[in-house]
Amino acid sequence: MYNFKYQRASSLDDASKAAAAAEDAEYMAGGMTLIPTMKQRLAQPSDLIDLGGIASLSGIRRDGDALAIGAMTRHAEVASSEEVKSAIPALAALAAHIGDPQVRNRGTLGGSIANADPAADYPAALVGLNATVKTDRREIAADEFFTGLFETALEEHEIITEVRFPIPEKAAYVKFPNPASRYAVVGVMVCQAKDGVRVAVTGAGPSVFRVDAMEKALATKLSPQAVEGIKVPEDGLNTDIHASAEYRAHLVTVMAKRAVAAAIG
Amino acid sequence: MTVTVSMTLNGKKVSADVEERTLLVSLLRDHLRQTGTHVGCDTSQCGACVVHVNDRSVKSCTMLASQVDGADVLTIEGLAKNGELHPMQEAFRDNHGLQCGFCTPGMVMSALDLVANNPDPSEREVREWLEGNLCRCTGYHNIVKSILAGAKAMRKGG
Repeated sequence: MYNFKYQRASSLDDASKAAAAAEDAEYMAGGMTLIPTMKQRLAQPSDLIDLGGIASLSGIRRDGDALAIGAMTRHAEVASSEEVKSAIPALAALAAHIGDPQVRNRGTLGGSIANADPAADYPAALVGLNATVKTDRREIAADEFFTGLFETALEEHEIITEVRFPIPEKAAYVKFPNPASRYAVVGVMVCQAKDGVRVAVTGAGPSVFRVDAMEKALATKLSPQAVEGIKVPEDGLNTDIHASAEYRAHLVTVMAKRAVAAAIG
Repeated sequence: MTVTVSMTLNGKKVSADVEERTLLVSLLRDHLRQTGTHVGCDTSQCGACVVHVNDRSVKSCTMLASQVDGADVLTIEGLAKNGELHPMQEAFRDNHGLQCGFCTPGMVMSALDLVANNPDPSEREVREWLEGNLCRCTGYHNIVKSILAGAKAMRKGG
């Protein structure tokens, strides 16, 4: 890895000032993607600003009819939180199957969504559960947050502080995990809330997306049969050594069906 | 550009001057000469480098040395007390939980994190927990047996 200047920020203000003063700063949350990327010399920040020392960015709390989870909250904390398990069990289960235990002990919610890996699990949770991303500058609806392959609506040096997940009536996330990395080859979050049904798909395309036809069918009847005949077009889906676009399109239907079954189960 | 990293390592205060890009595993092995922690894949997959930072297991090839400044770090060298193996280490010996031994330090450190939060894990829970630890001798069966025996010994205060 190329060398850099390391700074541990003690507050949000401290972090943004350090980033503004640096030539080419990068924020580090859990570092589970950033450190491997730097080791491969695919990233070369002049300054690495560690957000790990900002206590206010961590924690899980009930906020009215939603759960508010701090950006630096580790996957292991979300997975084991009694608050999350009782309010949104699908979210705790999703966090419990990211990577491996050591990755979950370091990796964070904010880091995962800022990175916006097409195969990450959290984007499906944010879009499926109709979450809101809070930053040091504004609030961004999950539907507007993920804009493309490793691309988000975040501006330069903007810091995610919290994600607010409305508590759904029913929800479940099912993924077909890559057998080596446990990233989602395809993962589907199905959610029924007061304002309707949402189906969010990660892993299949360059970025998380919703399946309108499935949402409409499930709004009429929340049953696995409602989605079994609905196929997403394979155009634009990912093809790699793990799965072809055609296979991913097939998996979207299969995972959606299983997610609905789990949600009503 | 160097930075001074101070931490508590296996109960003792230590510090070292390292380049900022130094990984935790390099700090342990190359600077502090604690070579019980191994480097297997160097890509956070194999788990040979697992240590505990503030009581949580982490892959030390995917943390910077700077990140443990002020932290409490426990490695395989910190387990045996007064020449007596830790019950989890003893269980690996009794159950032939290793063949070449390369993955063993990481397996033991990972197992201790599991047992700290789940003192009586099922065999399935042990197997699921070992997601991030690879044994290329493929001796998983005896590793699982060892961890179950180690957990039992620890429950008895053995």
